[in-house]
Amino acid sequence: MATNEIRITGLGGQGVILCGYIIGKAASIYSNQHATLTQSFGPEARGSACSAQVVVSDTRVLYPYATSPQVMLAMSNDGYMTHKDTMADECTIVYEKDLVKPEKHGPKVKAYGIPGTRIAEELGHKIVLNIVMLGFLGAVTDLIPKEALRKGVESSVPAGTEELNLKAFDKGYEYGRQLKEKNAVKV
Amino acid sequence: MKADPKNVLTGSHYLDGNHASAEGGIAAGCKFFAGYPITPSTEIAERVSRRFPLIGGVFIQMEDELASMAAILGASWGGVKSMSCTSGPGFSLMMENFGLGIMLETPCVLINVQRGGPSTGLPTLPGQADMMQARWGSHGDYEVIALAPDSPQESFELTIHAFNLSEKYHMPVLVMTDECVGHMTERVVIPPAEEIELVERRYTDKEPGEAWPYEPTEGGVSPFLPVGKGYKFHVTGLTHDYRGYPVINAETQETNVRRLIDKVNNHVDEIIWLEEKDVEGAEIVVMAYGISSRVIQPAITKARKEGIKVGQIKMVTVWPFPEKRVRELAGQVKSLIMVEMNYGQVFLEMDRCAAGKCQTYLVGHAGGTVHNPDDIYKTIKEAVK
Repeated sequence: MATNEIRITGLGGQGVILCGYIIGKAASIYSNQHATLTQSFGPEARGSACSAQVVVSDTRVLYPYATSPQVMLAMSNDGYMTHKDTMADECTIVYEKDLVKPEKHGPKVKAYGIPGTRIAEELGHKIVLNIVMLGFLGAVTDLIPKEALRKGVESSVPAGTEELNLKAFDKGYEYGRQLKEKNAVKV
Repeated sequence: MKADPKNVLTGSHYLDGNHASAEGGIAAGCKFFAGYPITPSTEIAERVSRRFPLIGGVFIQMEDELASMAAILGASWGGVKSMSCTSGPGFSLMMENFGLGIMLETPCVLINVQRGGPSTGLPTLPGQADMMQARWGSHGDYEVIALAPDSPQESFELTIHAFNLSEKYHMPVLVMTDECVGHMTERVVIPPAEEIELVERRYTDKEPGEAWPYEPTEGGVSPFLPVGKGYKFHVTGLTHDYRGYPVINAETQETNVRRLIDKVNNHVDEIIWLEEKDVEGAEIVVMAYGISSRVIQPAITKARKEGIKVGQIKMVTVWPFPEKRVRELAGQVKSLIMVEMNYGQVFLEMDRCAAGKCQTYLVGHAGGTVHNPDDIYKTIKEAVK
């Protein structure tokens, strides 16, 4: 029984919750897995630090919250700092290079950075940062098949923005694939 | 009767419990919603407010919860299925008119997405501490039916079930969910409309002038009189006779209140819904409802791996309490454990029914998060001694 916990962290407005929603939807609707999404909910979710957690499993998720996540997707340094010590010993940290400055981690931690904001800006809209990050996460982890994630993006973003978002996803994915080929830079 | 395909979003969705509850109500044919926003229940109202214009329902944001509860009772007497949702403080405000709904014998559904209390407590975090309020929150003597979903999928299904029970037994039915289930997003499979069985309102076949709203019947409830079709009738929160007119004496009170109690108590075997696992031959049985019935499972699995004979009962219905089953089990097992996010509410009922025939344990806390499975495991270890 494989169960993985994913924490997505960033600032309110960055699309943290949507990112978690797409991961969960991709897993449970398009990939025959079970996925439970919960989110930090309250004043902190409105403009400042914000986080979502997805538990993905082959079997029904019984305990709904992440306890020691195997994966972190970090879009703000505050979010990274808040949650870094709750991670599993062996974990993957996926972060936005220009926004997050990861500390030195132990040898069991894989960290992958991407200039997601710049990539999103090149696509014309900074707002798709979360989808760039999602594509990137999809490439550097094996949690959810790429096609499932793409379908998750396509069916979850506002109507009329599918093309832009899929482009953002593909850019992030490609960046991740190349980085993984070259081996992750450990920090 | 089957659900109307126009109301049913058949397919696999990724929904949170609140959205799923809203879809359950809509699939059940609810056409009137009155409510007042309160965290963590608001998403139910939001979804209904977006969906109703598409299917011809009426959504009203009321001035407060007192009015919300009153409005859904009025709508139900007007002939449509109605519902509302709220949380702790709003639930308190609804209690008087909830009792009116009980007294008038009005079908409707009220969803309480429980948060931590007392008072405003923890608006954004879960609790299960309104369970006794659900049972006894309004004044007077009466029985209630309360269901507790453990997931978005069950939020959908049990909201439909609640509507069916409310139409069958002519009373408001409570869905006691919580913030964790309400805000947790999971796969929700909505079946085709023809697979959703609904209980529709039964109307009298008597002529106007010959029918009364509370005529004695074998099942305890009499068919409704339709409004707007020449039937002139009266209903009141005052103690009333079969005609619906106030009669203020002890004899009528006895008939009236007995009826409210008997229509539930005489059908407990049909109403009570338990899901039992490994109870046969168990030394210990863990009871839980709602989200707590999920988080007990890792602890039970761990204990069973160590050879401890532990079974579980998930209470899909919490009220009426499964008194008969607990009395039976108390004579067979060493210990009964209740796991709930409060300091012992449904536990009191379990303990009462165990009547000293087995050990009883509560794994409780004040709310704010679900149980740590380790705490449940520790209690199982203690209970087996």
